[in-house]
Amino acid sequence: MSEIISPVRKTNAWGKEIEPEFVARPVRERQEARGVGIRLTGVEKSFGAVQVLKGIDLEVPAGQFLAIVGKSGCGKSTLLRLLVGLDEVTGGNIAFLDETGAETRSNARIVFQEPRLLPWDSVAGNVAVGLGEGGNRTERDARVAAALNEVQLTEKAREWPARLSGGQRQRVALARALVSRPDFLALDEPLGALDALTRITMQGLVERVWREQKFTALFVTHDVSEAVALADRVIVLDEGRIALDVAVEHERPRERGAADLAELEGRLLKAIFA
Amino acid sequence: MTLVADLPKQVALLRQPEIKSSLERWRSRLSGLLPFLLPVTVIVAWQAASSLGLIGNRLMPSPLAVAYAFWDKATSGQLATDIWASAQRAVSGLIVGGSIGFLLGLANGVSKLSYSLTDTTLQMLRTIPNLALIPLVILWFGIGEEAKLFLTALGVFFPIYLNTLHGVRNVDPQLIEMGRVYGMSNWTLFRKVIFPGALPSIFVGLRFSLGIMWLTLIVAESMAASSGIGHMANQAREFMLTDVVVLALVIYALLGKFADLLAKTLESLTLQWHPAFQKPAKG
Repeated sequence: MSEIISPVRKTNAWGKEIEPEFVARPVRERQEARGVGIRLTGVEKSFGAVQVLKGIDLEVPAGQFLAIVGKSGCGKSTLLRLLVGLDEVTGGNIAFLDETGAETRSNARIVFQEPRLLPWDSVAGNVAVGLGEGGNRTERDARVAAALNEVQLTEKAREWPARLSGGQRQRVALARALVSRPDFLALDEPLGALDALTRITMQGLVERVWREQKFTALFVTHDVSEAVALADRVIVLDEGRIALDVAVEHERPRERGAADLAELEGRLLKAIFA
Repeated sequence: MTLVADLPKQVALLRQPEIKSSLERWRSRLSGLLPFLLPVTVIVAWQAASSLGLIGNRLMPSPLAVAYAFWDKATSGQLATDIWASAQRAVSGLIVGGSIGFLLGLANGVSKLSYSLTDTTLQMLRTIPNLALIPLVILWFGIGEEAKLFLTALGVFFPIYLNTLHGVRNVDPQLIEMGRVYGMSNWTLFRKVIFPGALPSIFVGLRFSLGIMWLTLIVAESMAASSGIGHMANQAREFMLTDVVVLALVIYALLGKFADLLAKTLESLTLQWHPAFQKPAKG
């Protein structure tokens, strides 16, 4: 096993920080990051008398990039909220599966349409929110730095969120979601509020981190071309039911505006407005 | 070459901004003095009117007489004693009333049960002017320190309570939801989301309550006290020492301004994240 020399923060009897001690520690081989499988059986959700989801059956293999498209009010955001545990199902069942197919817990993270950063905390502090509480400070700092590096915002670590552009804020939100190495990442129209050019850069970023970390991704969007450009599989949701379920088997990175993708886009749009 | 021929013009163009900026600098220096323009003019006019005999010195002393009274009181050490006595009362009233208001505001902002139990009662009590309680307070506590502490604390309580409650209730629910999704415990949620989110509003309450704190104290001290600025003013009235009465007013104004400045400084230190408190970005 290889070793790494790394500093350990030390404090004196009064809690004041003193010179760090350097110790050799075994390197934990970076765990093969992997996604979690998801199985939905007959999932229903009602708000009062209004039934938003009417029996969704869906099997998402581990590591798949699934996009859900549909008109507003079709239930796509509701489905996402159920999957990350923000709401409870009113019928049916959601199960997370490990590689053997046994039920497991999911370490899910969500990126909202708005960045939802704490304005009173620095960029680094906001990313650290994703780590939860406790843990060794050196390790926390290292992971925050790594996540910020991943979204190319290392130099903004000490800034207030108010000083960032919209795209940068959403990148911080992405770093906050990624810092805990989730096995399932749900993105609720994360690029909806960004301008067209920033969107394209951000799409590239989302695709890159997904390919590196291999989590299961659920990408809710109203932009069909975005769904086709990013996803392995696109589901069209209409009035609380799955109206269409297609695989996108094009090689990555995909070229925008390629003819065969455009053809698929057309099919999806037709299904949405059917 | 035209370039050479134009050189003087170019130099002039280059220099222009510099001239403008020095002008600008003067302007900004002057605008820094602007807040003092009015009080200084009033004082000068007042002194002039007194010296010319337009204002009777028995009813309204001249600024110089007030300054002399200040010197007299300051050198005898009485002024320091009185300010110290008043400041002690003010601070203890603020601490007692402010912390009760803060805690109740938090509790009622976070818990529905606590809110429905206490808020209506508090809102009813709020409509009673706290100085209307003076007769009752004297009966309860006599005329000692407790009476002054009670009145000041009560006066300070309501603005802090209301603004803390308002602040907690207005924390962005999206941020609270985010905190929940990211697994924050109640304590962490409070520490990282609710409290910092409510802080700007709490400061508004604090600055309101500082005003009420001085007001209540003045009245409480002139009603019955053996020390303090209010006592000093009240005693001076009995002996027709108008210069000391005016001095007391000036000291109240200065103390009030000082307290407000303190709160403002605290505000800008803790709210650095807030766009309203940020210096414009460099470059």
